[in-house]
Amino acid sequence: MSQIIVKDLVKIFGDHPEEALKMLREGCSKSKILEKTRQTVGVFDINFHVNKGEVFVLMGLSGSGKSTLLRCLNRLIEPTSGTIDIDGQDIIKAKPDMLREIRQKKISMVFQGFALFPHRTVLHNVAYGLEIQGVSLEKRREKAAQMLEVVGLQGWEDSMPSQLSGGMQQRVGLARALVNDPDILLMDEAFSALDPLIRKEMQEELLSLQNTMNKTIIFVTHDLDEALRIGDRIALMNDGAIVQTGTAEEILTNPSDDYVEKFVADVDRSKVVTAESVMKAPTPVVSLKDGPRVALRLMKEHGISSIFVVTKDRKLVGIVLVEDLIQMVNEQKENIIDIIHQDIPKVNMDTPIIDIIPIIAETRFPVAVTREDNRLMGILVKGAVLAGMVRKGGMNGSVA
Amino acid sequence: MVVLPKIPIGLWVEIIVEWAQDNLGVVFDLVTRMIEKTVTVIEQATLSVHPIVVVILVFALVWFLTNWKTALGTAFGLYLIYNMELWKASVETLSLVIVATVLALLMGVPLGILTTRSNLVHKITMPILDLMQTMPSFVYLIPAVLFFGLGQVPGLIATVVFAMPPCIRLTGLGIRQVPVELVEAATAFGSTEWQKLTKVQIPLALPTIMAGINQCIMLSLSMVVIAAMIGAGGLGSEVLAGISRLDIAKGFEGGLAIVIMAMILDRITQSYGEKRKIKQV
Repeated sequence: MSQIIVKDLVKIFGDHPEEALKMLREGCSKSKILEKTRQTVGVFDINFHVNKGEVFVLMGLSGSGKSTLLRCLNRLIEPTSGTIDIDGQDIIKAKPDMLREIRQKKISMVFQGFALFPHRTVLHNVAYGLEIQGVSLEKRREKAAQMLEVVGLQGWEDSMPSQLSGGMQQRVGLARALVNDPDILLMDEAFSALDPLIRKEMQEELLSLQNTMNKTIIFVTHDLDEALRIGDRIALMNDGAIVQTGTAEEILTNPSDDYVEKFVADVDRSKVVTAESVMKAPTPVVSLKDGPRVALRLMKEHGISSIFVVTKDRKLVGIVLVEDLIQMVNEQKENIIDIIHQDIPKVNMDTPIIDIIPIIAETRFPVAVTREDNRLMGILVKGAVLAGMVRKGGMNGSVA
Repeated sequence: MVVLPKIPIGLWVEIIVEWAQDNLGVVFDLVTRMIEKTVTVIEQATLSVHPIVVVILVFALVWFLTNWKTALGTAFGLYLIYNMELWKASVETLSLVIVATVLALLMGVPLGILTTRSNLVHKITMPILDLMQTMPSFVYLIPAVLFFGLGQVPGLIATVVFAMPPCIRLTGLGIRQVPVELVEAATAFGSTEWQKLTKVQIPLALPTIMAGINQCIMLSLSMVVIAAMIGAGGLGSEVLAGISRLDIAKGFEGGLAIVIMAMILDRITQSYGEKRKIKQV
């Protein structure tokens, strides 16, 4: 279910956006608009939706408008035109009182520079959101202390923010944003100011928190690895517009234009591309009732030396090898069940290539890709896996 | 050569001042009486106890606010004033400074905040402040005398006008220096404008506002001395008398008393600001 639906959102910076808006609708370029009207186009033609409980990443280089777009969502920046529906309510039309209520209860924000209040203790920073709602001192202390425990900072309640390391400070920022129990979390380059190791730790922590809390998170970043790691879906922005929206894999395997392709060129694909993208269709296979001659004929047709055996509803049983089959034919035996190797490597559809490589390197069989119910979905062979790491569209006839 | 007619700026100001004098007399009288009363109360209260008791009380207060070294210096300075027999004049000056500073802060701090919230107010206020700060301070004395007669009140009014600009400026500066992200954070959590101001902006601007208050006090003190020329009394009269009689001893002692008071007030307000800064770190 979509919790946030953004339609035709435009933000123009300047005192007289009308003319610029008109020119924009006529398809003029940003630089021409700036030259003619002295108005700067922040973001334009923005359309996307975010599902409930999803981590949605806005990614782009600096100046691409991602932070502007994020700030439009809680109206820290007033959009020029368009609609932002949150749970069916257009927040652009919300009156000041209503907007404050939404900011207090529904949407929270985490900032790049942490934005902790330096004159308040850690506890009072976390309690800020409750304080301005008029929650009693005792109650807000209790809730803030609980939240600090969730982010692993118990015992630091009475410290000042400046006494904490960067990672800890951002934990405080996170706790402050979560203390009101908002539905939506806006995170503006939340981990970009942290050093790489701490950043990774925080990303993992966010994901594990997200597992239990199930918030709708909109996360702005310029770091592609970060976007790929934490985003359920990613919107790639360039020059004020969204160029492509999709899952990490969709963007990597099917970049919509040259810009996206260049952007994703340096990605360590082995961490992102999954078994699903590089597997072959699971043909041919033999079923349990088939005899060795059927199996041998199929193998000859396809030029392969082993073949998977499945049940009637295509659940994986194991694999048979050509040498065993030949011996069987020679011995005039009919039931292939005796020669099936059941102890074979299996991976899931969403296993990334980086985890597949060691498996594929150690086995002499092809690797089976199965679903949770053990149904055979595809087959991995060395060549296709390697290809998936280096070029776009590594889909060698995947099963749709 | 074309002779351009002289623009009668001076005359215009004179006309405005005369008009105000004729029509706003009641208001000026009321202000005069209120200020006179306040200054007198503070003065009487201080003079009603023995100077040594005051010295001890101030010593304790300064120790509490800052540290024992400043407190000791303060006590020594005050004793010196008492010893030079300038106690009464100093109390008069101090009362004027206190009332002038309080008035200047009451008007200056809100005005400073206002300049950060409205560009129009900012644009109107800044040139006026430039004018107020660069105009020779003696010039304020003329309309002050015309409106309020001779004595403490016109001196005090002129002092307020003279001491207010840094307070307005530094309050505005302090609030504008609060990082944008912090104000954004306060907004993002749904603060009202008032909550933003009182819970984030003012507390963070406090060190700068304190610097403004410090400046305000120092300027008050220097102006109160000049105001002795229109009969404001206090240490200024001592210095003035020293000048007119070419009495080096009297002039120097009066001047020294002023320096001592300035140092005491400066140390108190400054170390208070610094103490807050240390607490933040």
